[in-house]
Amino acid sequence: MTAVIEVNSLTKRYRDTIAADNVSFTIEKDTIYGLLGRNGAGKTTVMSILTAQNFATSGDVRVFGEHPYENSKVLSRLCFVRESQKYPDDATPAHAFRIARLFYPNWDQDFAERLIDDFQLPLKTRIKKLSRGQLSAVGVIIGLASRAEITFFDEPYLGLDAVARQIFYDRLLEDYARHPRTIILSSHLIDEVSNLLEHVIVIDRGRILIDDSTEALRGAAATIVGDAAAVDAFTAGREVIHREALGRVASVTVLGELTADDLARLTDAGLDVGPVSLQQLIVRLTQAAGGAAAEDATASREPSLDIESATLDKEAQR
Amino acid sequence: MIEEGRALFLQIAESVEDSIVDGSLPEEAKAPSTNELAAFYRINPATAAKGIAMLTDKGVLYKRRGIGMFVAAGARELLLTERRTAFAARYLDPLLAEARKIGLDADDLGRLLAERASRLDGSATDAATLTEGTAR
Repeated sequence: MTAVIEVNSLTKRYRDTIAADNVSFTIEKDTIYGLLGRNGAGKTTVMSILTAQNFATSGDVRVFGEHPYENSKVLSRLCFVRESQKYPDDATPAHAFRIARLFYPNWDQDFAERLIDDFQLPLKTRIKKLSRGQLSAVGVIIGLASRAEITFFDEPYLGLDAVARQIFYDRLLEDYARHPRTIILSSHLIDEVSNLLEHVIVIDRGRILIDDSTEALRGAAATIVGDAAAVDAFTAGREVIHREALGRVASVTVLGELTADDLARLTDAGLDVGPVSLQQLIVRLTQAAGGAAAEDATASREPSLDIESATLDKEAQR
Repeated sequence: MIEEGRALFLQIAESVEDSIVDGSLPEEAKAPSTNELAAFYRINPATAAKGIAMLTDKGVLYKRRGIGMFVAAGARELLLTERRTAFAARYLDPLLAEARKIGLDADDLGRLLAERASRLDGSATDAATLTEGTAR
């Protein structure tokens, strides 16, 4: 494997907030990555620094082995689809695509036109007048048709309905199969994208919480359900990341793959084993990390984050 | 179709094995390509490739250079043997565990099994007579 991005001890500070805290990771060539984490976790900050649209406070970032800042040799091979991309007031999608065609050396005009059809995007309407979903479609089309060697999609689906999102995922997979390249996709809809991803990086409060292959994470945890005493006996000594109880029934999520012996023990004890989806795993681990950080007296959390954490809890319970 | 919590590449490999076992993918036929599997199951092509690689290692598929992957001779027999070996652990153990929970013993199970089997055979014969009838 060849690394196309190397990040070493990257830190980004905005006055008293730390958006990236001593972050290190590598991105391998021709792989689809998921960059996941909650709002304000630092995903966009990291992507902006990698694409030279923001400066690191300290640390080292290499893209194709070089520093990206004002380095046209590097930047011409990158495409960054921002969630809040700004366009000139009187620009239309047609203008945006014409500029993209000039800018990206691998631009595929036929593919772009097919995508415009797929998303039923009006070309002559001013971008300012487009709906949120149509605006997202402009970014998605540029990101896909540019076929840049590294493409960053920062929550590209905002306002896209379920059908349009499926079109995006399908076209992404199809085109990636034909023209392998590095894709970094940041998303909240983890369940929706988990099967597309080969590798997952989870950022939480500016730090890397998970950096692992999706395949390894799929069996990384299990939920044991049944009589509370039996569940607790089984989970004793294991790494418990979540526990809830209803009367005498407990449901406990533990890390670590279950062996055949474990499974036999569970059957004998009359306990049920449930799978843990990538989304559940990330929610649980983020919460567990959050709990640990809250105990840490130095950690201060903004009130707005607590509202989100309540929403995440609700989603997790569904 | 895809289950949570179980390695995806295993599930992809099993789906190909299913087609070989039920005969819809005969020996020496061309197996679906990595990209076809990826598009069909909407999964990362690297995952699909891992599933295919597993089947190649097992001797179920083999590669013809520049053409693609094909079902090996003897693949069906190999898979049948493997599945028969795994049958008890995979199906009987959970069955027995649930039966014990609701107070059925092995004899009860035996009776139930015979009863169900004769009913299934009966309906299969009915279906056969029916199709014959319409054909006539």
